[in-house]
Amino acid sequence: MAIRLAGDFDTSYAHDMAILRNRGQWVMLSVFLIGLFALPFVADGKTLGLLNIIGISIIAAHGLNILLGYTGQISLGQAAFMAVGAYTTAVLMKYGVAFWFALPISGVVGGLIGLLFGLPSLRIKGFYLAMATLSAQIIIPWFFRNVRADIFGGTPGLTIVPPRLGEIVFNTQETMYFPIMLTVVVCTLVAKNIARTRLGRALIAIRDNDLAAEVLGIEQFSYKLRAFFISAFYAGLAGSLWAVYARSINPEQFSLLNSVWFLGMVIVGGMGSALGPLLGASFIRILEESTVQLAPALSKLFPQAAAGMLAALGPLVFGIVLALFLIFEPRGLAHRWELLKAAWRLRPFAH
Amino acid sequence: MNWDLFPQFLATGLLTGGIYSLIALGLVLIYKASRVFNFAQGHLLMLGAFITWWFTENLGWDVWLAFAAAIGLAILAGWLVERVALRPLIGQPILATVMMTLALSQVLQGVTILAFGAYQRSLPYLFPIQPIVLGDIRLKLNLALAFVLAMLGFIIFVLFFRFTRAGLAMRAAAEDHQLAQSVGLSVPRIFGMAWAIASVVATVCGVLLANISGVELTLSLIALKAFPAVLFGGLESIPGAIVGGLTVGILESLVGGLPQDPALRALHLGDIAPYVFMLIVLWFRPDGLFGLKRIERI
Repeated sequence: MAIRLAGDFDTSYAHDMAILRNRGQWVMLSVFLIGLFALPFVADGKTLGLLNIIGISIIAAHGLNILLGYTGQISLGQAAFMAVGAYTTAVLMKYGVAFWFALPISGVVGGLIGLLFGLPSLRIKGFYLAMATLSAQIIIPWFFRNVRADIFGGTPGLTIVPPRLGEIVFNTQETMYFPIMLTVVVCTLVAKNIARTRLGRALIAIRDNDLAAEVLGIEQFSYKLRAFFISAFYAGLAGSLWAVYARSINPEQFSLLNSVWFLGMVIVGGMGSALGPLLGASFIRILEESTVQLAPALSKLFPQAAAGMLAALGPLVFGIVLALFLIFEPRGLAHRWELLKAAWRLRPFAH
Repeated sequence: MNWDLFPQFLATGLLTGGIYSLIALGLVLIYKASRVFNFAQGHLLMLGAFITWWFTENLGWDVWLAFAAAIGLAILAGWLVERVALRPLIGQPILATVMMTLALSQVLQGVTILAFGAYQRSLPYLFPIQPIVLGDIRLKLNLALAFVLAMLGFIIFVLFFRFTRAGLAMRAAAEDHQLAQSVGLSVPRIFGMAWAIASVVATVCGVLLANISGVELTLSLIALKAFPAVLFGGLESIPGAIVGGLTVGILESLVGGLPQDPALRALHLGDIAPYVFMLIVLWFRPDGLFGLKRIERI
C-alpha cells in the first residue's frame, strides 16, 4: 500500500482521485517533462537514438502490460501486431497519406487484427492463449513476406519516405525524438488512467479470478477483447513510429524473438503498473546497448569466441536477467521503486 | 493439384511427422510431470546437435560415439536446467514458468553461439544416403531410418512408463503431486528425471534432424512445429504426441506440395498450415484429441 505524505489531506473528491497530489509532484513532473523535451538540444545523436528505441519499446510494452499485467492474458504476438502497424503506415504513406493520419489509423488496424487473434480467448486462457497468439506471431510475418509482394514488398520489405510537417523533415534522431516522445507521454498517461477506470478494474478482476468476475457481472469475453484491442492498438502505434524511424521495414524485424523481449520488458519492469513498462523497456534496452558496447572488449579477451560475441551476448544477458528477475523479484523494478519510496517517506523509522 | 504426387507427399510428410512426434514427446513428458510447457525444447535440440558435431569435429570421434556422449551430456543438462531454473518456480503461476523457459531458450541460444559459433556445420551421416524407391514413391533413406529410430524411441518410452519403477513413479507424479508425495515419492526428483529424459529426446531429435538439414541455429525453430502437434494430440497424452506429430507432418507436406498453381506455391502455404491448424484446434477442441478436460470451480 502506498504511504501518503504526512500533512497531505484530501479536502475534495477531485483531490482524492488526483494522480499528482501536491505542488511538489507538479513541480517534479514539469521539470521532468521540460527536461525530456529539451534533451535533443544538448544530447548527441547516439544517446537520442537509444532514447528513441526505448520510447518505441515503451509504447509496445505499455500495450502488452495492459494485456498481461492487468488482464493476465499471455501474448506472444506483440511484435506481430507491431508489424501490422508498421506495414499499415508504410502502405498508407506509399499512397500519399500523411504520417500524422497514418499513425492513428495504424493503431486502429493493429487493434482490429489483435481483436481477431484475441477471439479464441472466449474459450481458452493462460498457456493455450499463448499458443493462439504464437500462431499470430507466425502467420502475420508470413503474410507480409509472401502475400501481394507488389503491395507489401515481400522479403526485402518496404522503404518509407520521412514524414514532413510544413518545412520540417523528420529524418534525423533529433527530429524523430519529438513525435516518439510525445506519443510515449500520451500513451503513458492513457495507460496510467485505464487502470483507474471501470474498464481497468474489470480487467484486474478478470486477472485475479475470471469466474468470480463473471459472477459479479463482468462480461469476460467483451472485456478480454477490449484488452486485446488496446494492447494491439499500442503495438500498432509503436510499429507505425518504428516504420518512420527505421525508414525500412521487413518481416524479419518483427520476429518471435522480439515478442519475447517485450514480454521480458514487462516482467522486468513490473506487471500491472504503469511505471513498469517505462522502467522495464529502459532497463532492457540499456542492457542491450551495453552488451553491444562490451562485445569488442570481450572478443579481445576470448578470441576463439569472437565471431559470435555480438550475436551471443544479447540473448545470453537478456535470458539471464529475465531468469533472475523471475526467481528473485517477480514483481519487477516498479515494486522495488515503491519499496524505496515507502522507505524514504518512513525514514528514519523502519516501519 | 498434383494428385499423382499425393502418395509421395503423404510418405514424406509421414516421415517428417515422425520427428515432430518425437519432439512433441519431449514436450509432453515435461508437461505431464511438472505442468511446465517447455518453450526451450527447440534450443535443447539445437544444442544437442551442436555438441555431437563438436565431438566429431574436434575430437575426431565416430558419429555414433559422439551421439552417445551428447546423450550423456544431455542428461546432465536437463537435470541442471530443472534444478537451477525451474525448481525455484514450483508453485508460481503458469506465466512464470512460461517466461522461464523462454528465458532459458535465450540463454541456450547465447551459449550455443558463444561455444560453437553461428555457422552452419555438417555432421557425418549416421546412415548411408541413397534414395529408396517403393513403386512411385522415392524416399531418402536417412529420413526413413530417422523415422524408424523415432518410432523405436517411442516404443522404448512407452515400455519404460509401463514396466519400470521409475516410469511408474513418473506416472504417479503426473497424476497428483500431493498423492505421489504421500506414498513416499520425491516429486522434485521426478521433475529432474522428466527434464533429463526430455533433454535426451531433444538431443536424439537434434541429431536426426541435423542428418537431414545440417547443424545450424535454425534447428531450434523446428520445435515450433511440434507445438501444434502437442496441442492437437492433447498436452498430457503420449499417444497424442504420435498422432499429433504425424498429422502435422502430413498436413505440412500436403499443403506445401499439392497445389500446382505457381502463384499458390509462391505463398509457401506449408509454412503456416500447422499454425492455422493449431488455431482451429484451439477454437473447437482446446484440450486436443486425448487431453484431459479441465473443470473449473470457484
